[in-house]
Amino acid sequence: MKNLSTIAVAAALIALPTLGFAQEEADMTPPNGEIGYIFTTFMFLVTGFLVMFMAAGFAMLEAGLVRQKNVTMQLTKNVALYAIAAVMYYLIGYNLMYPGDGWSIDGILGAFSPTSLEPVGLAETETDLTYASVGSDFFFQLVFCATTCSIVSGTLAERIKLWPFLIFCVILTALIYPIQASWKWGGGFLDAGGFLDFAGSTVVHSVGGWCALSGALILGARIGKYKDGKVIPIMGSNLPLATLGTFILWLGWFGFNGGSQLYMDTAGNVADISRIFANTNTAAAGGAIAALILTQILYKKVDLTMVLNGSLAGLVSITAEPLTPGLGAATLIGAVGGVLVVFAVPFLDKLKIDDAVGAIPVHLFCGIWGTLAVCLTNGDASFGTQLYSIIVVGIFTFVVSGVVWFILKAIIGIRVSEEEEINGLDMAELGMEAYPEFSKS
Amino acid sequence: MKLIIATIKPFKLEEVREALTAAGVRGMMVTEIKGFGSQSGHTEIYRGAEYEVNFVPKIKLEIVVSAAMVDSVVETITKTAQTGKIGDGKIFVLDVLQAIRVRTGETNEDAL
Repeated sequence: MKNLSTIAVAAALIALPTLGFAQEEADMTPPNGEIGYIFTTFMFLVTGFLVMFMAAGFAMLEAGLVRQKNVTMQLTKNVALYAIAAVMYYLIGYNLMYPGDGWSIDGILGAFSPTSLEPVGLAETETDLTYASVGSDFFFQLVFCATTCSIVSGTLAERIKLWPFLIFCVILTALIYPIQASWKWGGGFLDAGGFLDFAGSTVVHSVGGWCALSGALILGARIGKYKDGKVIPIMGSNLPLATLGTFILWLGWFGFNGGSQLYMDTAGNVADISRIFANTNTAAAGGAIAALILTQILYKKVDLTMVLNGSLAGLVSITAEPLTPGLGAATLIGAVGGVLVVFAVPFLDKLKIDDAVGAIPVHLFCGIWGTLAVCLTNGDASFGTQLYSIIVVGIFTFVVSGVVWFILKAIIGIRVSEEEEINGLDMAELGMEAYPEFSKS
Repeated sequence: MKLIIATIKPFKLEEVREALTAAGVRGMMVTEIKGFGSQSGHTEIYRGAEYEVNFVPKIKLEIVVSAAMVDSVVETITKTAQTGKIGDGKIFVLDVLQAIRVRTGETNEDAL
């Protein structure tokens, strides 16, 4: 496939002059200088909508792993948070994350202004043709911001009130995510210090994980989860949906990591994107197989939910560096992620940190692992710098999100009443059920 | 007339139904139930946490037959539902005072 793409680009270039002569009256052929801009922009749009679809993946995964009395609420939170992320990233996030030369505090705090697109048809502008359109870049970055927010909703499921959660989403997508992301991807101080995070094991996944962790600590466990020193499992209501959601996330991840190559204007870049697709896929496979074998050995029966978490763990683990590893290394990096998850889920339960869907093990633990694993295959990475950056982003996100949760708890309360929690958030907060004709369990 | 209540393993339902109709049983009521007997359930593991399954899924059959048929029905159920392993179920036989067919008003054995 790598050769085919190269040939296609070459053929297009050779065909240009002939086409130009053949259609003298209405020449629609793009000038050579615009080819790179067109391909890169197109790549951002395609990979962007793949990442957008991850919102559906999270929604299905979470809907499947919560009890049926909370499914409608989980779906509501997922669609609402995606919409909120889209608007907040336009109003504040994008320029805060990518200030260019307009930093409010150099390398630390970006610019405060809404996003503006190019004029229609690029009329009367000197467009920089070495990158991509602002619209495509904005859309691509927006869906990453939304992904970060999706991570939080799963952990806190089945007990958090709708509106305080959505207020948190506003702050996460407008401020917390863009500010820390500007430190790396906006060219801020972590980037200057040599921190490497290709597609966001730290910038996206661990940030979502830290917010989920602070939220889970302040919110507390679901009623009945920990009783007399024992962990009482709370089963998911729909494993087909959870599996579908996992496959959707797996698919979306090709956009997540592949698009993060940021350029598709040369054969080299197209080859790199292909390499990233292959590595991303094999890391997920490694994570799934590791969880499959490990649960069989540890529990004598395979646990599907752990295998689903394992594949996502593999994906998060490869996200910080999906380009430099070979297929073997990528598979192993993913497999380590799968092993981490199988041990991290009961470990969190020991600490009585209730994570309804396993988002903290997958996104935080494996986000940290993936960021450190960059050093295994990328000679430019320094272990010290990676660790330092993980800690800086971790402290910032954990502290700020913790303060926000505390303030929300103090002012309006973040948890539903005991009766509402037992009856289910669907009827208590929304007055509608996801599966109304089914009997209650 | 007797009421036979039998609990059996769910996967045995079709076999038992076929054997009973072959033995002349003309109707039965079937319910999906959960319960436990002397085995008292078993343990499973979900996401690393062990839990007890206290109520095991079973099928409950309710069959009303003439007193003359009771022994053959009980024998048929015992034979077909048996796996020899724990949890095969139980059979209870009760007296029935009256039976009425709603459509015709026929009573007792005519109504079966």
